[in-house]
Amino acid sequence: MNGRHLDIKDFVMYYRTSRGEVKAVDNVSFSLNKGETVAVIGESGCGKSSLAKSLIRVLPRNISVYKGTVLLDGLNLMELDEKTFEKEIRWTKITYIPQAALNSLNPVIKIGDQMIEPLVIRNKTSKNKALEMAAKTLRSLGITEEFLYRYPFELSGGMRQRVIIAMSLMVKPELMLLDEPTSSLDVLTQANIMNLMKKIKEELKPSMIFITHDVSLSSELADKIAVMYAGQIVEFNIADKFYHDPAHPYSRKLMESVPTLRMDKNLDYIPGSPPSLLNPPKGCRFRERCPWRFEKCTEDPPLIFLGKDFYVSCWLHARG
Amino acid sequence: MEFWIQGSELKVVKLELHKIRQSFKQLIVYKSALIGLLIILALISISIYTIIALPYGKAVELWKAGEKYWLDNPRNALPSWVNVFSSRKLPETITLSTEIPRAGISKVIIPAIGKLNVIRIEFSFNYEYDDFPSELNLFFRSKFNISSPHLTIHWIKPDGEDIVLKTLVISKEENYYISVDYGLAYDLKNRISQKLSKPIEYGMPIVVSLFVVEDDSALNPDTVKVMKGVYKLWIEGTTFETDTDLDAKLNVYGKVYGWAGTDHLRRDVGIAILWGTPIALAFGVTASVVIAFMNIILGAVSAWFRGYVDTAIQRITEIFMILPFLPIMVMIATFFRPTLFNLLLAIIALSIFGAGVKTYRAVFLQVREFPYVEAAKAYGAGNFRIIFRYLMPKVLPTLIPSIVLSVPDFVFLEAVLALLGVGDPLIPTWGKIIEDAFRYGALYKGLYYWVLEPSFMLAITSMGFALLGFTLDRIFNPKLKEI
Repeated sequence: MNGRHLDIKDFVMYYRTSRGEVKAVDNVSFSLNKGETVAVIGESGCGKSSLAKSLIRVLPRNISVYKGTVLLDGLNLMELDEKTFEKEIRWTKITYIPQAALNSLNPVIKIGDQMIEPLVIRNKTSKNKALEMAAKTLRSLGITEEFLYRYPFELSGGMRQRVIIAMSLMVKPELMLLDEPTSSLDVLTQANIMNLMKKIKEELKPSMIFITHDVSLSSELADKIAVMYAGQIVEFNIADKFYHDPAHPYSRKLMESVPTLRMDKNLDYIPGSPPSLLNPPKGCRFRERCPWRFEKCTEDPPLIFLGKDFYVSCWLHARG
Repeated sequence: MEFWIQGSELKVVKLELHKIRQSFKQLIVYKSALIGLLIILALISISIYTIIALPYGKAVELWKAGEKYWLDNPRNALPSWVNVFSSRKLPETITLSTEIPRAGISKVIIPAIGKLNVIRIEFSFNYEYDDFPSELNLFFRSKFNISSPHLTIHWIKPDGEDIVLKTLVISKEENYYISVDYGLAYDLKNRISQKLSKPIEYGMPIVVSLFVVEDDSALNPDTVKVMKGVYKLWIEGTTFETDTDLDAKLNVYGKVYGWAGTDHLRRDVGIAILWGTPIALAFGVTASVVIAFMNIILGAVSAWFRGYVDTAIQRITEIFMILPFLPIMVMIATFFRPTLFNLLLAIIALSIFGAGVKTYRAVFLQVREFPYVEAAKAYGAGNFRIIFRYLMPKVLPTLIPSIVLSVPDFVFLEAVLALLGVGDPLIPTWGKIIEDAFRYGALYKGLYYWVLEPSFMLAITSMGFALLGFTLDRIFNPKLKEI
């Protein structure tokens, strides 16, 4: 897998609570070419956000296991100490647009000052120059410069979201982590933001990890799809192939639950809920809810490679 | 581009000014805030006036000068303005001195035989008050070599009665405290009772017997009346050297003085009332601001770092919370010289780890989990940047009213400490006046003004800050905001 822009192998992040170890990210591996977008989809609480946060190393305090390899352009990020990571990677090469982007602006700092914080913290440019840059970036996202001198509460949700995206774009990142960037926005604003992201993808060509629970939304942006279930990636596939023929039973059920326009389709749902990440069951973690389960499922399923950038973790495919 | 940004910055400045004006308008919409602001402004004006008109060094000097300096003032006099509210006019102090010539004072030296001179000093004053003076003193200063002048002092009442007070030989500086001349008191009382042919059955002080209307009303201390009119004091004497000179000063002490009255050492209480103002404001504001900010910083540090830092700060806070504050202050004052600054330091030191640390920590434990703090972490803000720029501003809106509201606490605290004897012995403060009043039994003697004046200042100060603080709370605290 040489020449890949991002290569994540056996990535693990557990944290300890009073009730035991929570296996939030458990042996995640996937890789990405430059300029590609992978959509990480899955239900709530399956470790999607934890994956993004541990990639940019904003970890919970009670972390217990944090290991694996994350190669960005061949550089293993896991081997960097905090200082180097802070200086060279965090918000310079990798940016992170948090889940609650609407509330991710400090309510008492003006937009402009807020936007240049990452640059000011690292003493990259003078304040005036940074402000100028911020103004330019904002304008490219369709916000006039006067908003630099407004407070976050004076902006609409979509605007705040664009401000965060602009903050991320200002450092010309190589990898953007988008943690549900459109949740809690109305449909029109959501479409607006998605179009903006597409434009960014075409023009600036950063690699992106786009985390969402919305399968249909992921189709807008994704080149690759990673389906996450209970802390693990159960299927990694090329987007076009995935939407037509998902391989993992969970992916299949997930696709069946997506409403489609025009077609009258009985929306399916998956009974039950994902297992607790505290001591997840041995074997296939989807076993309990899987309609195709059989004896073998009590053993841990291996990653089965079915093609380039296409693997699935299910005993069904091992058979055939 | 640059041009544009400059233009917009101007706009922003205007916008900011507009905002400030807006919040000020918002503030004075509330009448209570307006009153509070006016009170505080008045206190600040008094402070500025005091510092300019009566510099600190001079005030301390006056306050410590001792009774000698204040000898022209009456003792424990009420403030003059009580006369406005009463039909019974209390006497003001009348000072007559041959060194300051004016109408009613005359001094004549007539050469007689040989080296002998006859000297004659006459003081005359109009006494139109309804109450007797509090004291009567006569001070002499004379120049001679060996032979002292020989003097006779006459007291002439408005009805022409001539009373010889005393015959005396004076030294170069001689004070004759007329009102405590007990022999004279006895003589004067006998004189009146002989005149009325009835015994006077109470101890008639000299200030009464010299000014009383000599009829049957004088027999009862409740009915004695002041004889109004022009009184005269003659000093007739012989000097025995050619160039002997003599000056005299008569003090008829009244019962009112100045706008604030005097204390047991004849000092002008007004000095302490005036100087108490800047001291109270500075003390209260400094203590409350410093303590509030230290509390908030410790709370933020505690909540942000968690772990050992948190444990350490919280345990220290708990220890400080159970320490008995006043006894420790008294102890500190016993061991160290309790200057005002030391007191301030001690109060701050004892309050840094106060209950505020707990409250603010509780707030910050919530704030630290806000998404924008996580976002700040994600774009690389350091610990202290997050504490000072992301956490602390979040609670500033509630901090400002609480600072304003806690100013009077510390003003009162200073007064309480002074009352307990833990006060700067040099500086006149409101608390010190109350302490003096308390120690010399002001309320027992009916000298209410002595306690009421500083108490009024304390009350008005705390009212001003409270009115402003409550309104600020209404404006800043979104939960209390109206409209």
